[in-house]
Amino acid sequence: MSGHGHHHDHDHEHDNHFTAIEARVKALESLLVEKGYVDPAALDAIVDTYETRVGPRNGARVVARAWSDPAYAERLAADGTAAVAELGYGGRGGEHIVALFNTPAQHNLVVCTLCSCYPWPVLGLPPVWYKSPPYRAKAVIDPRGTLADFGVTLSEGQHVRVWDSTAETRFIVIPMRPAGTEGWSEEALAAIVTRDSMIGVALLDAAVAA
Amino acid sequence: MNGPHDLGGQMGFGPVVPEPDEPIFHADWEKRVLAINVAAGGLGAWTIDGIRHARESLPPVQYLSASYYEIWLAALDKVLVQHGFLDEQELASGVPGPQRRAPKRVFAGDEIPAILRRGFPYEREAQAPARFAVGDRVRTLVMHPQHHTRLPRYARGKTGVIERVTGCHVFPDTGAHGAPETAQWLYTVVFTGPELWGRDGDPDSTVSIEAWESYLEPA
Repeated sequence: MSGHGHHHDHDHEHDNHFTAIEARVKALESLLVEKGYVDPAALDAIVDTYETRVGPRNGARVVARAWSDPAYAERLAADGTAAVAELGYGGRGGEHIVALFNTPAQHNLVVCTLCSCYPWPVLGLPPVWYKSPPYRAKAVIDPRGTLADFGVTLSEGQHVRVWDSTAETRFIVIPMRPAGTEGWSEEALAAIVTRDSMIGVALLDAAVAA
Repeated sequence: MNGPHDLGGQMGFGPVVPEPDEPIFHADWEKRVLAINVAAGGLGAWTIDGIRHARESLPPVQYLSASYYEIWLAALDKVLVQHGFLDEQELASGVPGPQRRAPKRVFAGDEIPAILRRGFPYEREAQAPARFAVGDRVRTLVMHPQHHTRLPRYARGKTGVIERVTGCHVFPDTGAHGAPETAQWLYTVVFTGPELWGRDGDPDSTVSIEAWESYLEPA
């Protein structure tokens, strides 16, 4: 990330020496505000939403509910959008949600080769690697090699299914519930569900998480 | 278009390198670009595919060397000028001229939670029955349009199976260029690794795309 190293703890002193891109963004924002095209309060509210309200903890609660409540898991499989809405999640960047259940026979992996489509309401904003050429190029042609980049090796004979998000359908992987979590509360279960496991680039292990 | 964005199957980018404990944003300007991108969508001048096309039609060298928020920023500049909200001189000087184009809508701060929660659903009422059913074998078109499309190059001219009929969804290829909205049936089509990649494909993998009906013909 260019410019990253310049930030450390001096953000508040930057008023008079913006980097080129900071200056461009400031200029664009003030042009749009001054011309009446954008409400600055709306910009703040959008940032606040994705910094503090919408993120992978939402998806983790969906997974934990699906593990704990077979009837919910069935509804989630039948209509992801409606089932996710039961927990209060949905909307921009996730208007049409499909849940993909990992099984011993099949592991699911989600990518967007053409841009950066990602289920915002349940996972928040995508990490840089998800939007970058190495992942977008490799996931569809070499899914097992892609998983190996994340240190993941699938069980012998487990099929890999890659989902390329080429439309407004958004996918969330429901990882397999780790052994040793029998009797755990939904809250405890949600705490072990990682963002990467809901993209399909990580497996879960109760022993590691506990 | 066969742009730099159509990355599936390309080589030479090296391994995927996840960043440990990655922050949501890497700089404050990224937050503002995200927010401007969402808010400016409210002006009602372009569709989600319109701005995708603005990104993918950036010069390939620029696209591949920029960070994703830099790509978003460049595309925002482009669509705001294209649609008459700003001009090049304003962007260069930072000094606003008169408002020449009225926005359809400006999102107010207090409306944002409800707007984001509702989102912008893309499913429309079907005008005709779906042409294909689950289990049908289909072949994707071979096409190389100059315009926006969501049929990636690696999946053109390939034979797959309809796995799911998703619904009737807004068609991106024409909407990206300002045509009145139309909708088509959308399907999940699944291909085997070897169908897509020949002898270099993983025989124990499958890949699916979401394909609009006009991308498909019976196989």
